[in-house]
Amino acid sequence: MLDIKNLHVKLEEEDKQILKGVNLSVESGKVHAIMGPNGSGKSTLSYVLSGRDGYEVTEGEAHLNDTDLLDSEPEERAAAGLFLAFQYPVEIPGVGNMTFLRTALNAQRKARGEEEISAGDFLKLVRGKAKSLKIDADMLKRPVNVGFSGGEKKRNEILQMAILEPKMCILDETDSGLDVDAMRLVAEGVNALRDEGRSFLVITHYQRLLDHIKPDVVHIMADGRIIETGGPELALEVEKNGYADLLAKHGISEVMA
Amino acid sequence: MSAVEKMTNAETRLARVSLPDGFGPQRRAALDRLNAMGLPGRRDEYWRWTNPTDFIAPDPVPAAPFSDDEPEIFGEIDRLKIVFRDGVFDAEASDDLSMSGVEILRLADAPDVSWASSLYGTLEANGQDPVKRPFAALNTASATDGVLIRVTGVAEKPVSLIYTHESETSDPILHHLVKLEEGAEITVLENGPAGARFNKLMEVDVAKGAKFHHIRVQGRDHERRAVTSIFTRVAEEGLFKSFTLTSNGVLTRNECVIDIVGDDANAHVAGAALGDGKTGKFHHDDTVFITHGAERGESRQVFKKVLKNGAEGIFQGKILVKPGAQKTDGYQISQSLLLDENSQFLAKPELEIYADDVQCSHGSTTGAIDETALFYLRSRGVPEEEATALLVLSFVADAIEEIEEERFRDAILTRLEGWLARHRG
Repeated sequence: MLDIKNLHVKLEEEDKQILKGVNLSVESGKVHAIMGPNGSGKSTLSYVLSGRDGYEVTEGEAHLNDTDLLDSEPEERAAAGLFLAFQYPVEIPGVGNMTFLRTALNAQRKARGEEEISAGDFLKLVRGKAKSLKIDADMLKRPVNVGFSGGEKKRNEILQMAILEPKMCILDETDSGLDVDAMRLVAEGVNALRDEGRSFLVITHYQRLLDHIKPDVVHIMADGRIIETGGPELALEVEKNGYADLLAKHGISEVMA
Repeated sequence: MSAVEKMTNAETRLARVSLPDGFGPQRRAALDRLNAMGLPGRRDEYWRWTNPTDFIAPDPVPAAPFSDDEPEIFGEIDRLKIVFRDGVFDAEASDDLSMSGVEILRLADAPDVSWASSLYGTLEANGQDPVKRPFAALNTASATDGVLIRVTGVAEKPVSLIYTHESETSDPILHHLVKLEEGAEITVLENGPAGARFNKLMEVDVAKGAKFHHIRVQGRDHERRAVTSIFTRVAEEGLFKSFTLTSNGVLTRNECVIDIVGDDANAHVAGAALGDGKTGKFHHDDTVFITHGAERGESRQVFKKVLKNGAEGIFQGKILVKPGAQKTDGYQISQSLLLDENSQFLAKPELEIYADDVQCSHGSTTGAIDETALFYLRSRGVPEEEATALLVLSFVADAIEEIEEERFRDAILTRLEGWLARHRG
C-alpha cells in the first residue's frame, strides 16, 4: 500500500533537515502507529506525504500503490486514495460543510474518471455516515469547521474520511485536544472504517489513542528516523518508561529531540 | 494631462449642464451648489485615489456594449420590471407600473407631486456637508430620467430596475426617489451597465419603522464607467440595507451617504467587488459616510474586494457619531483578497465620535489566499483552481450575508460562481 524509502526532507526556507532517511511500509489492511517525542518529524512526514508546500525532498521516494506521491499534486494524491486527518482542521467561513464534502467527493470521482454523485444519493450517503459519528444536521449545514468544538472538528475529519473512502489514511495527532468521550467517538469512527483494502498510519504522542485504535505495528520516530519497530507492546513500553531509554540506545540526545 | 486642460474640461462640462423640465427650483439650487463647489480634482481629499478625469470629461469615453448569453441575474425573481435603455425609460420592455401600496412615477414626465418635490435633491443637498459630492449635485441638476417611488404599504414584490447599454457613447444621468412611509417596506433591485458613462443617484427616505432593501449588481460591461450615489435618511426604528456586487467595469465610484436621524434605526451597507485587470482596467471605489444623529442606532459597513491582474480597489468609509447619539453601535470592515502581486487595495477608515457611550469598531485587511486553507481543500481532492474559487466565495461570504432574503443571496452567488469560472488561473 504505502512504501516510503530513505526519505530525506528539509525545510524549504531554512537549511534544516527534518527527515533523515525514513523507511516505512504499510501493508494493505494494516494499522501502523508512529509515536515519538516532539520535533521527531512525525507531522512533517504526514505533510510531505500529502503534499504541503514548504518542504523539500532531498532524497528518497514514497509510493501509494502505483502512484509516485512525491511527483503528484495534493489533489492527485487524494484522488489516488491518500487522506490526511489534520491535527488542526482548517476553518473555512462561508463554505457550507455539505458543499465542501460534495465538491471534494465529486472532484475525486472526476479525477478517477467516475461519474459525479447525484444530489439525492449524496444526501443519503452523508446522513448515514454522519449519524454514526453523532454529527447532526446543523453541523452539516454550518460553514466548514467554523464554530466547531475541538471534538466536532475531529469528528468532521473522520466524516470526510468516511465519505471519501480513501485507501490510505494518515491521522495526525487526532487525539490532541480531545476528551475521553470525544476520543472514543473518533476511534469508533476510525474502527468502523477498518477494512482489508484500507490502511492507517496513526501518528500520536500517547498510548491512550492506541487503546481504542489497536495498531498492528508500532514505530518509534526520533531525530527524523524510525528508530524502533515492534508490536503494540512497544507503545505500552513507551507509555511506561518514556522515550529516554530508547533515545539513549540510539545515541540521540533528548535536548535535540 | 495638464492642469489647464483639466480646468477646461471641467468648465466645458459645467457650461453644458442644462436643466430638464420639472423640479425647477431644486435643479437650479443643485446647479448653484455645483458651480460653487466645482468639479473634483486629484487634490480633493476624497478623490486622491480615484481619478475623476473620465467623469469630468465633457463627453464619455466610448464603451462597446458587452453581449453575453448569461441569463439576467434577477430573471427568475417575481418582480415589477422597469427598464432603462441607455438611460431612457422603455415602457414596452417594462411592466405596468402599478402595484398595491406603491406609487411609481417617471422623472421625465416631470410630475408635479408634493412628496416628490419636497424630497428631490433634499437628501443630496444635506449630504454635501462636510464632504462635497459634485457628481451628485450635477445629477440632481441635470438628470433626465428615473423613477419616483412612494411606498405606503408592504410592497408585494420587488421593483427591479434594469439598465441596458446599447450605444457606445451613451451618457445617462438617472435620479431615483424612494419614499417609504411609516411602516412601509420595499426591495429595490438594480442591474445592468446603463451606458458608456453612468451617473446615477438614489434618494431614499425611510420613515418610522419602514424597511428598505437594496440589491444591486453592476454589470459585466468591461468598458463602462459609473459614478453612483445613494443618499438616505433613516427615521426611528427604520431599516436601510444595501448590497452591491460589482464585477468588471473600467471605473466605478459608489458613494453611500447615510443619515440616521431617528432612535433605534439600522443601516447596513455592503459590497463585494471582483476585478480582473486582464479583461481591461478595473478600478473600484466605495466611499461611505454614515452619520449617527440619534440614540441606539446600529450601522454596519462590510466591503470585500477580490482583485487580480492589476485591479485596484479603494475603500473610504467614515462613521460620524454626533453629540447625543448615545448607545450607537457602528461597525466597519473592509477587506481585500489580492490574487496576485500586481493588484492594489487602499483603505481609509475614519471614525469621528462626539458621544461618550458608543461602541464603534473598524478594521481593514489585505491578504492573499490562505495557503493552509488551500492545502486543506486540495488534500481533500479539490483541484487548485476550484479550491481557490471556493476560498474566494468564502472571503466574500460576510458581505453576501448582509442580504436578508435567500433568493437574492442565491442569485448573487450564481453570478459570483459564473465570474469565478470565467476568471480562473
